[in-house]
Amino acid sequence: MSASANGRPQRAPRRAAKSSKPNPLAGIVNWADERTGLAAMSKTQIRKVFPDHWSFMLGEIALWSFVVLLITGTFLTLWFHPSSAEVTYHGSYDQLRGVKMSDAYASTLHISFDIRGGLLLRQIHHWAANLFIAAMFVHMMRIFFTGAFRKPREINWMIGMTLLMLGILEGFAGYSLPDDLLSGTGLRIADGLVRSIPVVGTYLEFFMFGGQFPGDEIISRLYAVHILLIPGLLVALIGAHMLLLVYQKHTQWPGPGRTNDNVVGYPMLPVYAAKAGGFFFTVFGVSALLGGIMQINPIWMYGPYDPSKVTADSQPDWYMGVPEGLLRAMPGIETHVGGFTISWNVFIPGVVAPGLLFTVMLLYPFLEGWITGDRREHHLLQRPRNAPTRTAFMAAMITLFGVLWAEGGNDVLALVFHLSLNDITWVARFAIFIGPAIAFWVTRRWCISLQRQTHTELLHGYESGVLMRSPEGGYAEKHLPLPIERAYTMTANDRDHVLPMPTEEDENGVANRKVALMRLRARLSRFWYGSAIQKPTREEVEEAHAHAAHELEIHEDGHQHLSEGEYEGDYEYDGTPADGHQYDGRHGIDESKLRQD
Amino acid sequence: MTIERPGRPPGDEPEQRHDGVPDGQVVSVAGDPFPDPGLPAHEPRPTDVDEHAGRRAERQVATLFGLSSVFAILWVVVYFAVDLKGNTATLFGAGAQNLLLGVCLAGALLCIGVGAILWARKLMSDVEIVEHRHAISSSEEDREVALGEFDQGVRDSGIARRPLIRNSLLGAMATLGLPAIVVLRDLGPLPGDVLEFTVWKKGVRVVNDVAGNPIKPADMEIGQLVNAEPELFFETDANGEPLFEGTKLLQAKAKAAVILVRMKPEDIQAPKGRENWGINGILCYSKICTHVGCPISLWEQQTHQLLCPCHQSTFALGDGGKVVFGPANRPLPQLPLMIDKDGYIAARSDFHEPVGPSFWERG
Repeated sequence: MSASANGRPQRAPRRAAKSSKPNPLAGIVNWADERTGLAAMSKTQIRKVFPDHWSFMLGEIALWSFVVLLITGTFLTLWFHPSSAEVTYHGSYDQLRGVKMSDAYASTLHISFDIRGGLLLRQIHHWAANLFIAAMFVHMMRIFFTGAFRKPREINWMIGMTLLMLGILEGFAGYSLPDDLLSGTGLRIADGLVRSIPVVGTYLEFFMFGGQFPGDEIISRLYAVHILLIPGLLVALIGAHMLLLVYQKHTQWPGPGRTNDNVVGYPMLPVYAAKAGGFFFTVFGVSALLGGIMQINPIWMYGPYDPSKVTADSQPDWYMGVPEGLLRAMPGIETHVGGFTISWNVFIPGVVAPGLLFTVMLLYPFLEGWITGDRREHHLLQRPRNAPTRTAFMAAMITLFGVLWAEGGNDVLALVFHLSLNDITWVARFAIFIGPAIAFWVTRRWCISLQRQTHTELLHGYESGVLMRSPEGGYAEKHLPLPIERAYTMTANDRDHVLPMPTEEDENGVANRKVALMRLRARLSRFWYGSAIQKPTREEVEEAHAHAAHELEIHEDGHQHLSEGEYEGDYEYDGTPADGHQYDGRHGIDESKLRQD
Repeated sequence: MTIERPGRPPGDEPEQRHDGVPDGQVVSVAGDPFPDPGLPAHEPRPTDVDEHAGRRAERQVATLFGLSSVFAILWVVVYFAVDLKGNTATLFGAGAQNLLLGVCLAGALLCIGVGAILWARKLMSDVEIVEHRHAISSSEEDREVALGEFDQGVRDSGIARRPLIRNSLLGAMATLGLPAIVVLRDLGPLPGDVLEFTVWKKGVRVVNDVAGNPIKPADMEIGQLVNAEPELFFETDANGEPLFEGTKLLQAKAKAAVILVRMKPEDIQAPKGRENWGINGILCYSKICTHVGCPISLWEQQTHQLLCPCHQSTFALGDGGKVVFGPANRPLPQLPLMIDKDGYIAARSDFHEPVGPSFWERG
């Protein structure tokens, strides 16, 4: 490890080799290394550096809640019977004794009422599932807003999106297993979605359910999917996700000494071993607390599944909000052609639209990369304001999610707020299109305004909170230059580069290929960077400082000013008078209580 | 540490930053307004300089770990001492045992978690370490060698020179897909026409779905809605076994569940050809939503509308069951009624169209 430019200590010297006392682990290490050769790899990984920021913890919540799911889920399999066979309940829950139900439902009641800690583990499992998916959502947004999906991390983005989608399917499969009235209703809707697929719908439906809905196969099949197929895929993809993370090293925020070519942070052992290990217990502990004090999915209150019954306020788990909201908002359109039916009112919201949204998100890094033409490696994160269009895109997606989420609970909203259900649905039908558009526009302008503010601070300093009064009686707030560390951090981003409009022919008169496509790309690129503010150049900064100094000089000519030697600051950065704040430097600031103190 | 290779990996043009400066330079990039001031000096924490603070932090961490053991033992005590009965009755339905077990488990876990994090934050070295990034891609030579090795392997196999082998192998692999797909055939029976019919047929009584009681027209008041089923679901065969039970019952129910409503005859605008399907304002409709199949049950007496609680499709029962709001497209199928010889309401036939969600072959 070479010393860095600033001469800070890089790494404690390795002592183990020179130690006179033999390392007590040496025997084990030798044994293992002679069989696996792992020491060569471990020597670089044991003290691997990870950068520190609270937002890097979001993916960790997802990881640890997945581990909690594996532990609690394994526990639940010890008693759960994935069977549709009809049994008569004889357990300790009075209200359902003597009722005929599926073995799956009866065994879930058994876990809840006759196994000590069973209800707790069931509730931890359900809470952890919600936490798992919520954490993946938030982690995905963090990655998106900071541009962490850019080259070389596009593959990990796609793995992550696949994990999110699998997690949602896994959640659906999981809450369908108890075969209570609510989960059966969810399956009935899934049946309707599958059936709506043109041409093969009924065949898929009959193969999925082993005959007519509800059949007697779906619970055992979902069980195999829920405890083997999807968890297997999740484990494999999480493994790949982590391996790529370790190989590519974590991204970091720019800052003094933090560049695109290094990682600054704490070592895996001991700091992250303790922090991440401790965080696993924290996530597990929070899940346990939720499972202990907050009831979730009280299946005994719903009763066994009966296809002729349903309760009001039937609602899927929150992460199904997108298809649920779409299903409710979609107008009832069907086409009947040549003796066949296409059920657009189910097929579009249930199959096409969610698939389309997922595909766009899955391929997003490539879409943005194509528009910007950026093929460089990025290891530094971007402030969301410095990518206004991207930030606005995600704001639009979040708005769409929110609208659909609300529409997915339109009956509950109508009840709670005493509104007309029909009005809510009509509002949602328009808001699905208008809401994201407004969010996009507002967010983009907002980002650009924030960029302007940064720009102003860099050129003219920050507002110090010190009010100055001129001899004429005018008041102005004193501006002070940003500390150099902060100024550097705020300008560590790259400049945007709008792609030039292609010409029909190149300079040698040879016709350029795909001109129309390249024109579209140039137009998109212009739209993408829009009126985003670029960081100032060195000349602009120097000019601003010179301008401020000049104004001060003018003032000094006319009025009482600092006597020789009274001002000890550096005019280059410190105490530089700024445009419109020509009183800067007339008074010392050491005594003043500044806003940033 | 990692191997650093100078310069950019090849094949990664353009190498220029947008501001025209090659990547890899950090300090004082031309055009950038401020030079990199470098990592700030390490600021010691109280625990780094004050031995007293260090010992206090040590005690805090050890106390948390100790508390964790206490909670774990308490958990065991609760497991054996607190009765499981009434698990839903107490404390927001959480149950006394569930609540105490949850809190103890959470305490045991959180004390370890918080203790470990405190240990890391207060006592472990917080001197930041700089690690250089290695290039993600391999060197150009490595790539060429890899490609060369691959080419050599392909050449040695002769797959390019002997297309017969290649093509027959591809054919064999593709054909192998057939068994892989066909083996799934027995996942379920083919749909056939089972979706077109229900168990309703002429003379089957419409009975209330709780007790299976047959219904006479006089039993129903104006504005009343009865959740009903075919009487077959409550009948037994010669051996006393139910005609329908288990999965067979659920499958039949999923199509045959109906609702029986009575309205003022003047409120009913029967569609053409269905004028005599009701009895004195008593109409019978499929209970299965034509959207995605939820049972519809929210009855609005004043407007004669039926609302699906799943996606809020709304059907006007006085108007042939047509959709007045929501995502459903087709009206609720209507079951023609008659009075049987004992004076009870019965079906005159099966539905005249398939019930439930639409499907491709429905027509």
